[in-house]
Amino acid sequence: MDRIPILRMGETLLVTIQVDMQDQTALTLQDDLAGQIAKTGASGVMIDISALEIVDSFVGRMLTSISGIARILSATTVVVGMQPAVAITLVELGLSLEGVRTALNVERGMELLRRAREESSLGR
Amino acid sequence: MAVERAGTLPLQSEQHIVASRQMVRALCQDLKLSLVDQTKMITAASELSRNTLIHGGGGTMRWEFVEKNGRAGLQLIFEDQGPGIADLGLALTDGWTSGTGMGLGLPGSKRLVNDFDLDSAPGAGTRVRITKWK
Amino acid sequence: MKNDYAALLGALRDEEEAIIEEWLAELPAADLGARRANQAEASELLRKLRESLQAGADPARFESADWAPVHDMLVGLSRSRAAQGQSAGDTSVFVLALKKPLFASLQRRLGAQPEALAPALWSLSTTIDKLAQHTASTFQQAREDIIRRQQEELLELSTPVVKLWEGVLAVPMIGVLDSSRTQMVMEALLQRIVETGSELAIIDITGVPTVDTLVAQHLLKTVTAIRLMGADCIISGIRPQIAQTIVHLGIDLQGVSTKATLADALSLALQKTGWRLTRDK
Repeated sequence: MDRIPILRMGETLLVTIQVDMQDQTALTLQDDLAGQIAKTGASGVMIDISALEIVDSFVGRMLTSISGIARILSATTVVVGMQPAVAITLVELGLSLEGVRTALNVERGMELLRRAREESSLGR
Repeated sequence: MAVERAGTLPLQSEQHIVASRQMVRALCQDLKLSLVDQTKMITAASELSRNTLIHGGGGTMRWEFVEKNGRAGLQLIFEDQGPGIADLGLALTDGWTSGTGMGLGLPGSKRLVNDFDLDSAPGAGTRVRITKWK
Repeated sequence: MKNDYAALLGALRDEEEAIIEEWLAELPAADLGARRANQAEASELLRKLRESLQAGADPARFESADWAPVHDMLVGLSRSRAAQGQSAGDTSVFVLALKKPLFASLQRRLGAQPEALAPALWSLSTTIDKLAQHTASTFQQAREDIIRRQQEELLELSTPVVKLWEGVLAVPMIGVLDSSRTQMVMEALLQRIVETGSELAIIDITGVPTVDTLVAQHLLKTVTAIRLMGADCIISGIRPQIAQTIVHLGIDLQGVSTKATLADALSLALQKTGWRLTRDK
């Protein structure tokens, strides 16, 4: 079973999903991320799905869960690089990924995380 | 290039769900479906494979290239001998909503394919047949 | 049963040339090119028919796989005629015209045995009818396929995605917004969004005649897909009557920005993407 690696870039945790994941792999990723956010105090999580050709309801729920868990741990999650065919399929499937923030690419995603960091530091 | 016109895959483990996705991808490519149609069919297969494993206690996916009035298509049949669905009407009820994707996700899968047949009863297992035409 | 077809098989084997001549004579007069095409199709169909019968295919069970070569040939026949714009009638006539020469041939062969002739003629008639039926239904499907492809091409042509500004795309929707239209728009628009890295898409519905719950659903699907990818959109071209219908039907636009005109939408889009316009007096 593959384990998806989590990279750390300053205050951001970066995950790139490039394989057709087994359900357990996705669940393990969720656990690993939760652990890493808590351990590092990261304020942002970026999940790059530009290589994913299929996002079914299981992966969709995983993304929603990670988003929720990160939020509770005071981190912002952004999912980047969704392919058009995937977006069309998710909509038809009836999944709108409530609560999951998305961006077109890594660059925009980093911008979003930076803005979120600034806003939350203003709030403190 | 698949030379056979039909085959069966077991759905008894998580790895089998991945295998079914990969098989359906190869079949869709043989049929030369558009990218969006491929994505929809593979996603539907993933949903139904998982249902068969998780809710049906394991089963099979049978695939077959079909033809109707000169039009080519891919047919998949997901079958299990599990507990079956008590309320078929309820399982298929769903307008297009921003649902959480809980439960069987049958209405969603139905929208991804052209033909959708559901056969199930308590104690009699479940059989879902889907077809995507070129 | 087999005997009925033994004579037919014999006829197909020995009198192919004569049968084709008589068959073509039955068809409406056509130009030289069409006659040649007819001849080619006629001899191919006869050959496939003969081969299938010889291999033991049972004409009473025309649906069986033994008849696949004949099926395929008829499908090809229908498709090419449908593509040429011929009618379903013409195509059936082509197949049915085969009866006369084959009847004549059977009569010649079995004339001396009336008890054998009648069932042979009946079986032959049934077989040709089945061929014609099959041709007609595949013709229908072929026509529908052609129309569908033409519609898709038309939709593609009328779904231009325009780059209005750095990071701002626009697509004018013209005509009735149905599910296949929506698909087309979504595919074209989302692809361009990825290619150009545009964060905003303006969907102009000035050209959409009515907006009911179904149309709104299609629009919202497009909006959801755009948002899923990380971009946003503005719906423009909302006429007062449409605004009223939306409120009246209780349609929830889920926070999408809406503007009456494309100009207003562009202004909002520039604002959202951080542009500021100044004007020299």
